[in-house]
Amino acid sequence: MTYIVKPKNHHPLLEKNKLGLTRRDYEGAVSTLCAGCGHDSVSSAIVEACFQLSIESYKVAKLSGIGCSSKAPAYFLNQSHGFNSVHGRMPSIATGAAMANHELLYLGISGDGDSASIGIGQFVHCARRQLNMTYIVENNGTYGLTKGQFSATNDLESKNKYGDDNLFPSIDLPSMAIQLGASFVARSFSGDKEQLVPLLKAALSHKGFSFLDIISPCVTFNNHNTSTKSYDYIREHNDALSKPDFVPSGKEILTDYPKGSSIEVPLHDGSLLALEKLSEDYDPADKIKAIQNIQESQRDGKVLTGLLYADPKAKDLREILNVSDKPLNTMDREELCPGSDKLEGINSGLR
Amino acid sequence: MSKINSINDFVIKFANVNGSGSASANQMFAKGVFRSGIPVSPKNIFPSNIQGLPTWFEVRVNEKGYLGRRDGIDIFVAMNPQSYQKDVSELKENGYLIYDSSWKREFGREDINVLEIPLTKLCVQEFTNPKQRLLFKNLGYVGLLASILEMDKEIYVSLIEEQFRGKEKLIEPNVKALNIGYNYAEENFKDFCEIKVQKSDKTDGLILTSGNDAAGLGCVYGGATVCAWYPITPSTSLAESYNKYSEKLRVEIGTDKNKFAFIQAEDELAAMGMTIGANWNGARAFTATSGPGVSLMSEFIGLAYFAEVPTVLFNVQRGGPSTGMPTRTQQSDILCSAYASHGDTKHVLLIPSDPKECFDFAVEAFDLADRLQTPVIVLLDLDLGMNDWSTKEFEWDDSIEYDRGKVLSKEDLDGIERFGRYLDVDGDGIPYRTYPGTHPEKGAYFTRGTSHDEYAGYTEDGVKNAEMLSRLLKKFQTASSLVPAPVFNQEKNESSMGIIYFGSTDCSMQEALDVLEDQNLKIDAMRIRAFPFNLEVWEFIEDHDLLFIVEQNRDGQMRTLIMAEGGIIPDKLVSILCFDGQPITAEHITNKINAHLSGKPALAAS
Repeated sequence: MTYIVKPKNHHPLLEKNKLGLTRRDYEGAVSTLCAGCGHDSVSSAIVEACFQLSIESYKVAKLSGIGCSSKAPAYFLNQSHGFNSVHGRMPSIATGAAMANHELLYLGISGDGDSASIGIGQFVHCARRQLNMTYIVENNGTYGLTKGQFSATNDLESKNKYGDDNLFPSIDLPSMAIQLGASFVARSFSGDKEQLVPLLKAALSHKGFSFLDIISPCVTFNNHNTSTKSYDYIREHNDALSKPDFVPSGKEILTDYPKGSSIEVPLHDGSLLALEKLSEDYDPADKIKAIQNIQESQRDGKVLTGLLYADPKAKDLREILNVSDKPLNTMDREELCPGSDKLEGINSGLR
Repeated sequence: MSKINSINDFVIKFANVNGSGSASANQMFAKGVFRSGIPVSPKNIFPSNIQGLPTWFEVRVNEKGYLGRRDGIDIFVAMNPQSYQKDVSELKENGYLIYDSSWKREFGREDINVLEIPLTKLCVQEFTNPKQRLLFKNLGYVGLLASILEMDKEIYVSLIEEQFRGKEKLIEPNVKALNIGYNYAEENFKDFCEIKVQKSDKTDGLILTSGNDAAGLGCVYGGATVCAWYPITPSTSLAESYNKYSEKLRVEIGTDKNKFAFIQAEDELAAMGMTIGANWNGARAFTATSGPGVSLMSEFIGLAYFAEVPTVLFNVQRGGPSTGMPTRTQQSDILCSAYASHGDTKHVLLIPSDPKECFDFAVEAFDLADRLQTPVIVLLDLDLGMNDWSTKEFEWDDSIEYDRGKVLSKEDLDGIERFGRYLDVDGDGIPYRTYPGTHPEKGAYFTRGTSHDEYAGYTEDGVKNAEMLSRLLKKFQTASSLVPAPVFNQEKNESSMGIIYFGSTDCSMQEALDVLEDQNLKIDAMRIRAFPFNLEVWEFIEDHDLLFIVEQNRDGQMRTLIMAEGGIIPDKLVSILCFDGQPITAEHITNKINAHLSGKPALAAS
């Protein structure tokens, strides 16, 4: 991971958001990933989404595990605290951090090796616990940093760069996430910013576990013509369920979708995800149908993208555990320590 | 027939079938003695099983306050025919055997006093509910003991009333069960037993509680707000104690919301991850586990060490290696705790010796972790953690503030030109940290397990990394002056020989030292309470020609640690070891020391 600091000079006419910040203010260090890596597009989509949402960077915690994807948090939101933890264990770090202070925005970046193999247990339980965070898997079907081994999301029919067959079926993380109780599940493609940015904005605005599986091709090890996670393959087989448009809280809906073809997902902060249906059968509120859609498209050799499932009213972990509205990390001794009188009572109960 | 004759000094052992409700009755017996003013040390010797296997419960009653385990049973309450044979063999000559004579037995020992009570028959006569018939046998023998030991029965009546407060309907049948045994003994066994419990005042200022319960309470008092844990014997009750006390003491008035988060993790790895995440974000967080959990957590412990995230871990040690003896005690995780994780790592250890110290060290662990920005591991063991001890009352000074260590506020950051997360500003090896979300423009950094420079940037510069490792060592040096100092048994060293011991061995050691003194053998003694070792520890070692190191493990792990950290000559350090899963006894210690001094060291190490 590099730590090259970019020059701070901004062009005076750069577009500014509500906080008076430009996109440049949301950037991070210069990426050291391979030129053309999908992950860099995801980073720039995150920059765009945070810029558009006027997020205060310092109120974001970026968390990751190990792998190419997990390096990515260094390449966006310079003013955010980052935590590059150990392989597959980002979810537990995020869980503890979010319990300490629920007022920050938790953005986890993981990869297919990090989440579908070594960290699948933590991924599963993090989703199941409804941790209020945005969990992104930058999914390229391969172990990039260790030079091209198959990952568990690599499709059965997809050969590696050297022509070897993949012997095992792929794990579909979005299906799992829905089944496990994640309350916002989407899949997108790093090369489709138009779809990705609104989905990211919605995911960041959603209260609860937002999961985004982003197909993010590895230009070095998994972009060959027998790969099902190459740029070309995804472009050809991308089957978008809907065209999303994120409408911030208080804004009028300007999207002009044909009557009967749109769905609106209201998010807890008052914003809205408006979706133009591209598939007739599509209903993101229906868990079972969502899983069916994913499975059917997989059978038909397509890569289903868009918002797959959302339950905007789901409770998050803090609510489930009935934890105080005041962040635990701001409580001082007076609030936390029961004091000597209470201790005397405890002593007398033990005599 | 001769009979053991003693007042307020005996060991009673109960043999039961596990899952039959005996533990709470046995506990009640012990508490009754404690309330009579005599210190007790109940020990539950239980199988890793839920129902049906033999289980034992030992209570040492000792007015002098010797609370270590002692071999040789004076009274045996044998309620499990499966284990009669073994149980009866443990009984001392002239001891007392109490058994359920609903089914008469011969025990083949002429040198013991047998007390027959047809408990099952009596309970069947008095109760109709099959569950009660089984359960109340236990209270029946408690009543019987109250009679033959000439105890005040009313103590047990009030213990029953306290236990069933809120479920008053249960009081009457329980008292009835107590009376079944009591009345039967009054009628049939007056003056049978020559062991007596006489009211005393030796429990003034003492409470009866377990190390796990005390440590959980200490976490509440120490300001822990997040507990992430995974169930594992013998640490489970520590996390549960934290939850129990938090539910009582940490609920917001008005909103009824919790000023704590209690999360049962999916495994020990996640439990440690959550603990680190919460601490990183400025909450005091801890996890509790045992040896197998420490093995699983080791990768994360290394991260917390290297990334310098405060972390508190309670390791309630059990019999190892591997799954080992989950329900037996050992002190065999000293090295794996001190050096947990790959690469060059060292961790602060706190080693309490009784529940009071478990409470105190739990509080101190959070201050030390925050001050030193590193994992602090509190080492208990099963005996200390799960058994009730007669221990000093908990104390709290309301004027003491928590030490949150070197944390920069927004105002602090405003005054700093460039924040360096890993800069050794003060020369003590401890850098400054920031919580996420503190300042819009300053103080953000990247926490990572990869090699990093003073500004938390990734670096592959080997010299930089070596500097960082050296600074961590300097920090560890600083730790040695902050951790609890050892406790000395003497004001001034008087002997060329010394004994080093730690943790739950303390109770047996006090007795052993008195026995040795009675044998005109004066040996200085020091109880180590923390790692890194403070200067006093090294001075004590320096001041003595021969040192016995008493440990409840096979390999003399504390000895190894002392040799490794201080370059001490091995010849000077003699191991006294016990690793059979039972708490070490004073007799074991004195026998081994005497054997060594007479030039005949015993071969068996247990």
